[in-house]
Amino acid sequence: MAIRFENVRLQAGAFTLTADLEIASGARVAVMGPSGAGKSTLLAGLCGFLPLAVGRIVIAGQDITNAAPGARPVATLFQDGNLFPHLTAAQNVGLGLRPDLRLSGEEACAVQTALDRVGLAGLGDRKPAQLSGGQQSRVALARVLLQRRAVLALDEPFAALGPALKAEMLDLVGEVAQETKATVLMITHDPADARRLADETVLVAEGRANPPAPTGTLLDDPPAALQEYLGA
Amino acid sequence: MAERTQPIRALPGAIAAGFVLAVVLGAFAVVVSGADAERGLGPADLAALRFTLLQAALSAGLSVALAIPVARALSRRRFRGRTLLIAFLGAPFLLPVIVAILGMLAVFGRNGWISLVLVQLGLPPIQIYGLHGVVLAHVFFNLPLAVRLILQAWQAIPAERFRLAAQLGCGSRDIWFLLEWPALRRAIPGALAVVFAICLTSFAVALTLGGGPKATTLELAIYQAFRFDFDLGRAALLGCIQVGVAGLAGLVAMATLSDVGFGGGLDRSMDRWDGAGGLAKAGDALAVCLTVAFLFLPLVAIVLAGLPGLDTLPATVWRAAGVSLLVAFASTCILLALALPMAATIAGARRGWLETVGLMGLATSPLVIGTGLFLVINPVADPFLLALPVTAVVNAIMALPFALRIFVPAARDVLQVYGRLALSLELTGRTFWRVVLLRRLRPQIGFAAGLTAALSMGDLGVIAMFADPERATLPLQVYRLMGAYRMESAQAAALLLLMLAFGLFWLCDRGGRSGDSV
Repeated sequence: MAIRFENVRLQAGAFTLTADLEIASGARVAVMGPSGAGKSTLLAGLCGFLPLAVGRIVIAGQDITNAAPGARPVATLFQDGNLFPHLTAAQNVGLGLRPDLRLSGEEACAVQTALDRVGLAGLGDRKPAQLSGGQQSRVALARVLLQRRAVLALDEPFAALGPALKAEMLDLVGEVAQETKATVLMITHDPADARRLADETVLVAEGRANPPAPTGTLLDDPPAALQEYLGA
Repeated sequence: MAERTQPIRALPGAIAAGFVLAVVLGAFAVVVSGADAERGLGPADLAALRFTLLQAALSAGLSVALAIPVARALSRRRFRGRTLLIAFLGAPFLLPVIVAILGMLAVFGRNGWISLVLVQLGLPPIQIYGLHGVVLAHVFFNLPLAVRLILQAWQAIPAERFRLAAQLGCGSRDIWFLLEWPALRRAIPGALAVVFAICLTSFAVALTLGGGPKATTLELAIYQAFRFDFDLGRAALLGCIQVGVAGLAGLVAMATLSDVGFGGGLDRSMDRWDGAGGLAKAGDALAVCLTVAFLFLPLVAIVLAGLPGLDTLPATVWRAAGVSLLVAFASTCILLALALPMAATIAGARRGWLETVGLMGLATSPLVIGTGLFLVINPVADPFLLALPVTAVVNAIMALPFALRIFVPAARDVLQVYGRLALSLELTGRTFWRVVLLRRLRPQIGFAAGLTAALSMGDLGVIAMFADPERATLPLQVYRLMGAYRMESAQAAALLLLMLAFGLFWLCDRGGRSGDSV
């Protein structure tokens, strides 16, 4: 589903970020830029954690500017704390269907299927602490599968994983997005991530989120702000 | 930054705080309007005020002065049982006052262990009743608290400074002036103020060890005006003075004391290179041994004295024990119903006034609230019938400040770490409470419930005002047995009370920790 930021201004303390851009339906977009440039602020605005100072956000033709975070068609993977440590993997996935965890038999089956799909068959009864970092990410992705939201927002959820594991996860994100037909917005500071998953990249710099540009072109011939950040 | 959305609503916490505010302020208002101000303060009232201030000042000064060498020894020595001893410094908080007093009588009383030795030597026995008895009991209860507060200050000195001082060749004396005294100078006023404020509203100690025109605290005078003279106007007038004095001291204490920690971390010991001399070692050993003796002998005494009578306890004691368990259970439920929503709202960083309401229990006195509630209930119902519910509510309000200190930081963590995730999953309101918050706070709930149950179990305050012969809690029954000079039964009942209070705490705390380990 297409996402439109119309004349958006986000205000976090003294910090201001403006965004006026459109992301095509089904696109996979990386969000890059220097630390503190406002990448997470942009996502917080999209997810509904930070109210907009000005402007509106439209997803699939629907104005969601004032919708509560849970009511938006957005599934989010955060940097950390994506799983509740006191709930089992299956329960954490089940939250994607029913927040009160009162699952019907059919829904419980769907949870198992989702766990199978991400390669965690038989591990549903484990608590997050009994799973590896990669397996924890898979649990969160299984939940995204069940949430079936139109937009998948990722705030560097795999930053703590090693390069091979991270590549594996990005591929899984691609597959999950394809199955749910979701539009993907992914914050990253690693150009390799952007090249691997995203055809387009939004550059956030100097208080502004720029319209998406083809990732390859942007990284091969970066504008000044990005060049400084990349150190290329 | 804009107000952050939270998965829980602020309203339930505000309602709980409103209830507390209504009870406390309502009781104050009734007390103030009921006060017989025209009569003014009589000589007995002034004597009570003077005695209250004097004993609180002496108790605070002695507790803190004695705590300094003990904290110093604990901070610079390592010995077997050190961790255990520091953990036990928290125990007097849970210890029912009446139990401690019986234990102290067995050690320091006229027929106590020390007096026996003195009489053998041809000296007169110790006279424990009066000012010095009250102060002795207050030091017993507050020395451990003072040690903990001062130890905290000591441990806040960075280890690198001690290393640097050692390298510069500083001796114990230099280190004291260079490092330790400056750190203590900041902690001592807070410790003094807290102990002073606690001792101002002391009731059970003054009831048992004080009394008479020379040794009556304000709190005791309220009880006497109420119970013996049924002079409600005078009780209310004394209540006004008590609120003024205790409220002021409570404010000063809160302002000077940055943080009363319940938490761990105090059992860390420091690497020190000074104090290796024999004299310093002997001094530290003496401080620790005397403290252990002072704190443990009364407990040992009550166990030894209580055991023989335990199987012949009168039926009234068992009935009182049942009543106390019921009150403790009700208190704990009320506390959780108030503290959890309040903590969640405070943790959500909204409604700053809630925090102040939560602290009101520290600055008020149970007997003043009791007097106020009596005056409110009296016209519409028999207050003596409502003795137990009133006791349960007052106990819960008294435990509220401690419970909030336990809940708020933990709830803040949960909201910070899982708030956004919960919001994005539409995990809000009651579902958030059930699926996330209550389960994440389980250890804290167990700990706070244990504290409240033990405090309520051992409380001898409002119940003494309200109770009739048919209705007694276990602490009150112990007091009545003492008054009837049935010491063996009193000691056995006190031992039962001790076991129940500590047992309740242990059960709740353990219940909170078992189950999820993550």
